[in-house]
Amino acid sequence: MGAADKLIPENLDKSRFDQWFDQRFESKMAEREAAHVPSLSIIATKGTMDWAYPPFILASTASALGWDVSVFFTFYGLELLKKDLHLEISPLGNPSMPMKMPFGPQWLKDINWNVPNAVMAGLPGFEKVATGLMKQTVKSKGVATIDELRHACIEADVKLFACQMTVDLFGYSQDEFIPEIEGWIGAASFLPTAQKSDVCLFV
Amino acid sequence: MSTNATQSLDTRGMNCPLPILRTKKALSTMSAGETLAVTATDPGSLKDMQAFCKQTGHELISSSANQGEFEFLIRRT
Repeated sequence: MGAADKLIPENLDKSRFDQWFDQRFESKMAEREAAHVPSLSIIATKGTMDWAYPPFILASTASALGWDVSVFFTFYGLELLKKDLHLEISPLGNPSMPMKMPFGPQWLKDINWNVPNAVMAGLPGFEKVATGLMKQTVKSKGVATIDELRHACIEADVKLFACQMTVDLFGYSQDEFIPEIEGWIGAASFLPTAQKSDVCLFV
Repeated sequence: MSTNATQSLDTRGMNCPLPILRTKKALSTMSAGETLAVTATDPGSLKDMQAFCKQTGHELISSSANQGEFEFLIRRT
């Protein structure tokens, strides 16, 4: 006999009570689930244009679904909170990045330019060109700019946190960043938020 | 396109997640019971709009695909 059983009066019809409890438990759990607001925590650590997309797309979409969203920007991720976004991409060392022309006839656009790393590294301005081409591709495919997505996040009350340690480490000053930042915090402050969220992602 | 919708929203040419973000924005300015007609060209919007309505509780009255264009009718709850 368990400790819980001792609390039940002896004259109670236990099987009926169990039945009542199971039903009550189910309905209470359903009530609780219906009232639950899902939450998402993202840790954004990358500061290139391509890697800026996942956190902002996920955060803005989650907020559109009615979720509570917090994003912690740390290390290079802090770049995504600068007032002036100067995000670039680097195809160097990223063999998965397709290198395609965003304009011209279809046969030209279909070619994947397989540029060896040695050439990319040796060509001055290669990243500027790649960034320009990527921006062109984003525009022609109707994909939102990072600025637009960030704006959508701010409008939807996504909480944006900046890592204070990174600010100190890289010698930034707080006025280089957008004023909508919810707080300048450290890992010890963000982890409890992440712990309580339903979904937690590291990008 | 359904002509009796309260409001309409054109997201043609936009890609994920913009159609959902714009839909959410449009719905938030409307009152319960009103309907929103959305046009899109993003093929992902067909599944996304269903998921969006399921999660937010708005009613997806109809969705249709016609030659690369998608039409949705949503009732705000």
